[in-house]
Amino acid sequence: MKDKEKKLLFDVTSPSGEVTSMEYLFAYEYEGEEYHALTPGGEAEDGSWDVAICSKQADGSFLYAGASDDVFEEFCRQFEAREEASAAGPARRNSNGMRIPKSTLADLDYLELSKGRKFLYKLKMFFLSIPYWFAWKFGILGRYIADFFVKLGYNIRDIWTTFQHGSWRTRLSYLVMGFNNAWHGQWVRALAFFILEVAFILYMIFIGSYWLAKFGTLGEVATITSVTQVEVIPGSGIFEDVTVVEHVDNSFKILLYGLISIALIVAFVYTWRLNVKQCMLIDQIERSGKKFKSNKDDLHSLIDNQFHKTLLALPIFGMTMFTILPIIFMILVAFTNYDYNHDGYNNLFSWVGFENFNELFTIGDISVAFGEILAWTLVWALFATFSCYFLGMFVAMMINKKGIHLKKLWRTMLVITIAVPQFISLLYVSNLFADNGVINAWLQKWGWTDSYVPFWSNGWIAKVMVIVVNIWVGIPYLMLITTGILMNIPDDLYESSKMDGANGFQQFSKITLPYMLFVTGPYLLTSFTGNINNFNVIYLLTQGGPDRYDWGQVGGYIAGDTTILITWLYGITTGSEADYKMAAVIGILIFLVVTIISLVVYNFLPSNRREDDYS
Amino acid sequence: MTDEEMDRLELDIENDNTEFLTDVDIDTPAGYVSPFASQGSDDLMFSDESAGNVAAPVYTGETKIEHLADPGVEGKTHMSQKAKNTVVNTIIHIVLVIICVVWILPFVGIVLESFRCESTGPVGYIIPQQWGFDNYVRLFTETKFGTWFLDTFIMGICTAVVQTVFVMFTAYALSRNRFKGRKFIMNLILVFGMFPGFLTLILLYTWMSDWNLTMANAPWGLIIIYVASSGMGYYIAKGFFDTISHSLDEAAKIDGASQLQIFWKIILPLSKPTLIYTILMGFMAPWGDFVTASFMANGASSGYNVAAGLQWLISDTMKNDYYTTFCAGGVVVAVPITILFLFLQKYYVAGVTGGAVKG
Repeated sequence: MKDKEKKLLFDVTSPSGEVTSMEYLFAYEYEGEEYHALTPGGEAEDGSWDVAICSKQADGSFLYAGASDDVFEEFCRQFEAREEASAAGPARRNSNGMRIPKSTLADLDYLELSKGRKFLYKLKMFFLSIPYWFAWKFGILGRYIADFFVKLGYNIRDIWTTFQHGSWRTRLSYLVMGFNNAWHGQWVRALAFFILEVAFILYMIFIGSYWLAKFGTLGEVATITSVTQVEVIPGSGIFEDVTVVEHVDNSFKILLYGLISIALIVAFVYTWRLNVKQCMLIDQIERSGKKFKSNKDDLHSLIDNQFHKTLLALPIFGMTMFTILPIIFMILVAFTNYDYNHDGYNNLFSWVGFENFNELFTIGDISVAFGEILAWTLVWALFATFSCYFLGMFVAMMINKKGIHLKKLWRTMLVITIAVPQFISLLYVSNLFADNGVINAWLQKWGWTDSYVPFWSNGWIAKVMVIVVNIWVGIPYLMLITTGILMNIPDDLYESSKMDGANGFQQFSKITLPYMLFVTGPYLLTSFTGNINNFNVIYLLTQGGPDRYDWGQVGGYIAGDTTILITWLYGITTGSEADYKMAAVIGILIFLVVTIISLVVYNFLPSNRREDDYS
Repeated sequence: MTDEEMDRLELDIENDNTEFLTDVDIDTPAGYVSPFASQGSDDLMFSDESAGNVAAPVYTGETKIEHLADPGVEGKTHMSQKAKNTVVNTIIHIVLVIICVVWILPFVGIVLESFRCESTGPVGYIIPQQWGFDNYVRLFTETKFGTWFLDTFIMGICTAVVQTVFVMFTAYALSRNRFKGRKFIMNLILVFGMFPGFLTLILLYTWMSDWNLTMANAPWGLIIIYVASSGMGYYIAKGFFDTISHSLDEAAKIDGASQLQIFWKIILPLSKPTLIYTILMGFMAPWGDFVTASFMANGASSGYNVAAGLQWLISDTMKNDYYTTFCAGGVVVAVPITILFLFLQKYYVAGVTGGAVKG
């Protein structure tokens, strides 16, 4: 089974190199001119497997047989495209299926180039490949969009044909979900469908419609103030005016419940589509005269071939409620004016379009602050990542070196520093270097400085200091990670290089470093994006200071020289006049920065490009 | 204990996907020089005996040099090489000592300052003039440290249990099942993982306060927040599951085992290293988390975890009275965590390196 599966993944790769959409194919065989693709038939809900046969005729046309659902057609489409591509001749592509520019040099000519020219040639090819890279990415994006509409078309057609050819029970099931299942005794499925439908309708009537109606404006009336006369002491006959403030709309809740309602509608449409598929399946089984699956089978499948549904139910639910929904909510907040003055309760907030983005990019102090903070965030992430990386590797190499005694002791010393919770060491170090801290006291006692060194209160020194302290924090981790990998480098590489007269530095730059970069490339990337969001080191050391009063305040928070985007976000949200809309905008921008860097770097990573070099 | 033994203890990890750790023995006993070693072995290459003499137990340069065509020149090169090596090694030893002092010094500082009795604020020296346990007594009597510690401990236990379940479930489903929508789920997790997690707290705080799980009750709300999305950190466990051979599943399937039985009886017992790593990470997360905890407690000191609580103790207004108490608190937190960590260190190393290599 496994060989076939492997072959499938290789064979069904589309011209653009995408295999992802084909991975539901179960097995794949090649016999003479015939391709047999055994697919799980869309849902495989009845446990049956549709068989698809796709063969190339003598006149060049294709003959298809087997199930005719969208899965199969998708397969045929890709199959055809692949055949066409192979007829057109092989295009130059890398392992990802991305087209790469034609090299202007033959391989032999390239080898004869001098070192500097080789480098220049590589650089040239790198820049030449950038447009191809974008074309490749957009090509994938475009195909995703096209695929979406094609699939949508298939779905609508299926819904219609099922209704057209279906029995009366099927047609009734379009309204009363699960009826057809109940008719055939599949109570588990029927109840699940029916309960979902009733719950959804009740929710929409009594709750959802109210919030959805207000979603467009996020509420119009915040409070109604009414003055009523109340008797001061009952029976005394003395009346006094009392102002009653009644809260009507709540923008926050409208936004939240509106969003939940929309999500529920999408989920319901999907469930309804499943229901229609069930009906189609039932119709097919009725015609073929096969047996229906029993309730027991249904329940048992949840611990067997549908086990992933059981496993994923809770984690996905938690993730949806506690990450996906809140993040979509905050993305929407970025397009409102939700802040301290418009809290949605006493003062409503409303949609403002792209005004917040406009403000951050173009208006005065904030845009200056944003530009500088973004630049520092990137500089910080770059230095923090690579300083730890190289120094950690260096320490690991020192400990690994032959002839070094007490290796275990050195390692343990460093590992202990990982065990101690970071906040303790960071807070303590922050105090060690404080203006009146121990380090400054020592420096003055020993007569090295006259007055204290402003480790945290001078912008430039503070920036250097957070990087230095981060090295202190990061080296033990890198030491741990790199020790094992360094030991894995074959010794004969060093041996032969030494025979060729390489010195220590050359060995490092030609053997150790390329190998390490290859193996730890993905780690470097995650470490870089992790440092962009490295809240603890910055905040616990400097709280983002020293403050930059010339940047003004956002949300009652004054950013400082060492503020990075994530601590700015924290400050704005927890400041005295929390500015949630700006926090949301900054959050989105952090996401964009991280995503763009990840995508670009990931595609140019050595682990991606030169997979065969070190295997 | 020799270096070799110590290294084996430290790095010999039970699972087989870390064979790189045992592949190459870096710690050869003193005196033994492998011809394939990177350092100090080039002399051997000139020796005609070296090829057949791979495991020469003791090698002294002088005896070999006699075989060389020009003993004088080669001898000098050899001697200077050896001397150079000695000098380099000495320098490295000195550097390592300095590194260890720099790395350990702050922790020694915390411990020493936690015993200082003559003053409570930050001072310009480390070694106390009066020693005593006053700060530890004050820590538990004057501050709410007992509550913080207990709450954090409970949070750690709960997070460890539920997070492990979620991570294992997600990783297993995504690693060893092929189903429609699998790639979609993985991409979804990847994309939403790129948003700063802090962003979600603005909404979650409102929710939690609706259920009265913020401020003083924050620890309970925090448990929910820690565990709810924990399935998103499935990568390392999935990487581990990916390495387990599929033939095991198939054999069990032929014997009539259900997916549940395969998961529970075959895969999980094989996944002890990654299981322990996940538990360890889950337990340690609440101890180090500052941002979520302080945000959810929103200034109510009884709802802090140890990180937020101890940070509060050395905030500008509290610092002069509680600085040494903070040091004592740091020691009380760090000691059990460090001991636990050192016990489970090899699993941690396996998890971290596995994650780094696979990305």
